[in-house]
Amino acid sequence: MLHYDLVIVGGGPAGLAAAAAAKKSGLESIIILERDHELGGILNQCIHNGFGLHTFKEELTGPEYAGRFIDEVTALQIEYKLNTMVMDITADKKVTAMNRNDGLFEIQAKAIILAMGCRERPRGALNIPGYRPAGIYSAGTAQRLVNIEGFMPGREVVILGSGDIGLIMARRMTLEGAKVKVVAELMPFSGGLKRNIVQCLDDFGIPLKLSHTVVDIEGKERVEGITLAEVDQTGRPIPGTEEHYTCDTLLLSCGLIPENELSRGIGVDMEPVTNGPVVNESLETSVPGVFACGNVLHVHDLVDFVSEEAAAAGKNAARYIRECGQTSDMGSAVKLCTEGIVRYTVPKTIHIERMEDELTVRFRVGAVQKNCYVSAYFDEERVIKKRRPVVAPGEMEEVKLKKEMLLKYPDLKKITFRVEEA
Amino acid sequence: MYDIMIIGGGAAGCAAARELSRYKADICVVEKEEDVCAGTSKANSAIVHAGYDAEPGSLMAKLNVKGNEMMEAMSKELDFDFKRIGSMVVCVHEEDIGKLEELLERGKKNGVKDMRILNAEEAHALEPNLTEQVVAALYAPTAGIVCPFGMTIAYAENAAVNGVEFKLNTKVEKIEKIEGGYALTTDQGVFETKVVINAAGVYADYFHNMVSGEKIHITPRRGDYCLLDKTAGGHVSHTIFPLPDRFGKGVLVTPTIHGNLLVGPTAIDIEDKEATATTREGLDFLISKAGEAVSDIPMRQVITSFAGLRAHEDHHEFIIGEVKDAKGFVDVAGIESPGLSSAPAIGVMVSQIVSKMLDLSENPDFIPVRRGILNPNKLSFEDRKALIEARPEYGNIICRCEMITEGEIIDAIHRPVGARSLDGVKRRTRAGMGRCQAGFCSPRTMEILARELHVRMADITKSGGHSKLIVGQIKDQL
Repeated sequence: MLHYDLVIVGGGPAGLAAAAAAKKSGLESIIILERDHELGGILNQCIHNGFGLHTFKEELTGPEYAGRFIDEVTALQIEYKLNTMVMDITADKKVTAMNRNDGLFEIQAKAIILAMGCRERPRGALNIPGYRPAGIYSAGTAQRLVNIEGFMPGREVVILGSGDIGLIMARRMTLEGAKVKVVAELMPFSGGLKRNIVQCLDDFGIPLKLSHTVVDIEGKERVEGITLAEVDQTGRPIPGTEEHYTCDTLLLSCGLIPENELSRGIGVDMEPVTNGPVVNESLETSVPGVFACGNVLHVHDLVDFVSEEAAAAGKNAARYIRECGQTSDMGSAVKLCTEGIVRYTVPKTIHIERMEDELTVRFRVGAVQKNCYVSAYFDEERVIKKRRPVVAPGEMEEVKLKKEMLLKYPDLKKITFRVEEA
Repeated sequence: MYDIMIIGGGAAGCAAARELSRYKADICVVEKEEDVCAGTSKANSAIVHAGYDAEPGSLMAKLNVKGNEMMEAMSKELDFDFKRIGSMVVCVHEEDIGKLEELLERGKKNGVKDMRILNAEEAHALEPNLTEQVVAALYAPTAGIVCPFGMTIAYAENAAVNGVEFKLNTKVEKIEKIEGGYALTTDQGVFETKVVINAAGVYADYFHNMVSGEKIHITPRRGDYCLLDKTAGGHVSHTIFPLPDRFGKGVLVTPTIHGNLLVGPTAIDIEDKEATATTREGLDFLISKAGEAVSDIPMRQVITSFAGLRAHEDHHEFIIGEVKDAKGFVDVAGIESPGLSSAPAIGVMVSQIVSKMLDLSENPDFIPVRRGILNPNKLSFEDRKALIEARPEYGNIICRCEMITEGEIIDAIHRPVGARSLDGVKRRTRAGMGRCQAGFCSPRTMEILARELHVRMADITKSGGHSKLIVGQIKDQL
């Protein structure tokens, strides 16, 4: 049995930033367990630019952005194991993992940071009828084939779903000589960032069809064509609106699901809206000393915010270890609640004594709303009111809470987040 | 000239091949797909029926009950996954309870053991997620669940070890009577054989009608299914059927042997023997129908849907035996549900018929036992540790959803009748069968296949034929 103060599960952007922050907070005994053959996670296949605008004030590619953190982790002499799969984590923080060289091994940790990231929603979850031939890929799988392996998954492409990876892959496949015929989106709005729609579709003349879905896949061995149809407000295809596209490839970019199988094994409480753990202001789950950050907690749009969130988790985990877990069991917490189109918040509770001077609350909305206020009500009183030209499900919202502000409300029970007409 | 050629590498064909490999004979299985278990046998309910459905006295009834009895011993001998979990036929209308009684009587006549009718309270106690509408249920504790790929591949591997030849990617186009047997014209050449076993699934009528004046007709009866994530696998612990109707056993809800939840099938008669496309109507029907017997099925947890084709013969009966006007031509036709359950018994029956026809003598070197692909997840911590020390490839996880290692995938490729495609690896190891549906592991499994088979990545297919996964290198057409 090995012993480390802090075990970080995942060496992607979240795990790296958490590790660096924990080390800088004075923690010595840290290990990152990464399942891939190099650190950096999914960023390694994101060779487009646009990363790091917030963190480094410059535009980096995914590997460059990851490289900055890998360099930092290396300089801080933080231990890591690659090609290592974590098999199981117990509530008393025993981690079972495996790789080729060390075989099966156990680590007893004092604290754990979950940073496993997310996976793509597969076709089955979308109930797309038709055949099941080769040529149907999730956008991320195609991205890996093209950017890491150097292979073309197809020449004539239809993309279902306007998530960011799908939009990025529309441009990427086009640049590699493929013909991207259309991007279809079930919802009446895109699931991706506005800037990606402009830079990846509009700039290349690729049509985006909102309120459309795939109603048939043809080709028994390899995709030969697909049929799109418009959908009504309930998402049902409208008969008579079918359009056929000849193609050899269908890429799916229909959402990301936090990968929380290990978290469920530990027994942490889960938030059904995000599919991530429920966390408090310290990003600590319902199991004391187990923290979560990055896309395993909730799916982010920008890696900069993953790094920021993960650094907080690293710092908090270091404090937990330093204080021998004493702080976990503190007085009553302020609940964060949602109303209307606000779907969830991370975190869900705040212990004011433990919060930093400033705490970022992040959430998503369930519908597009223009010209509105994002508001925070302290019990019944509206304390924060932020003007927004538009809020949309594809763009994460944030509200910064200041500790001094909360301290003015000694009997504060809950903070409610709303989007209101301006 | 072969002694025996078996058309079709499905459950029935492979079981027949294995049982016949007990004898000294030159046997060859021809299969048009790139792998065994690639047709009806791969897409079904994966149920081992107790045997109360079939008409008493029918071959279906006899072979179902016998197959069920044999299954446990076979699963040990050939090392495939099988579990006797019991099934319940639930009744949601008071006035239909009589139909449960009928099924019970039929089951007794067929020789099904230990069946009993449960009242609503007993049924809910056994299966808390049954809907409140359920007023009674027929409980059949001998029913089970099996891995259809595992079983069929186990039979094929064991047959191959005992000398049976497998010609995959070989499509039979014509069958002609010749002196002392038949000539099979295929897209890979002409082969002669003394005896033909027609285990061609939905195509069995096509081949039968080439040699016989007494025509048969098989309708592909499509069934759509939804497979749910393992987190939903415990929603029921028995196979739950509605009362059967004229199209079959209705939409069932069952745990699978690997811990997923399966909902299906529909029953749509079609003409095209290759039309395994699911339809929106079919999937919608399942979603609406599944809730009648079992409440709160988490249909949001669907990870994949698929369709299979039942080989429905017009009289809904197995046709097994030498064709009257075609000496040396043995039908194994109309093998629809309970075909999978009956497969072990079908194999024995066919073997008895054909060994008598050819007056075969026993093969003294017959090896009855087959060991499956080692599943490290079933080992103790210490044993698994020792395994990785000796074989580091068992320490390398390729499929993270199902926790499948490189060692298992290499094993699957190098076995007799080994995997040649992503689907071949998937059916043997479960790599790619989990919740991400091969999103993460496809490129890595492709690399292992290319390396182990000494082929280019561009030649790796999903399931043989034209199902190539990549079409070229980046920038090759710029």
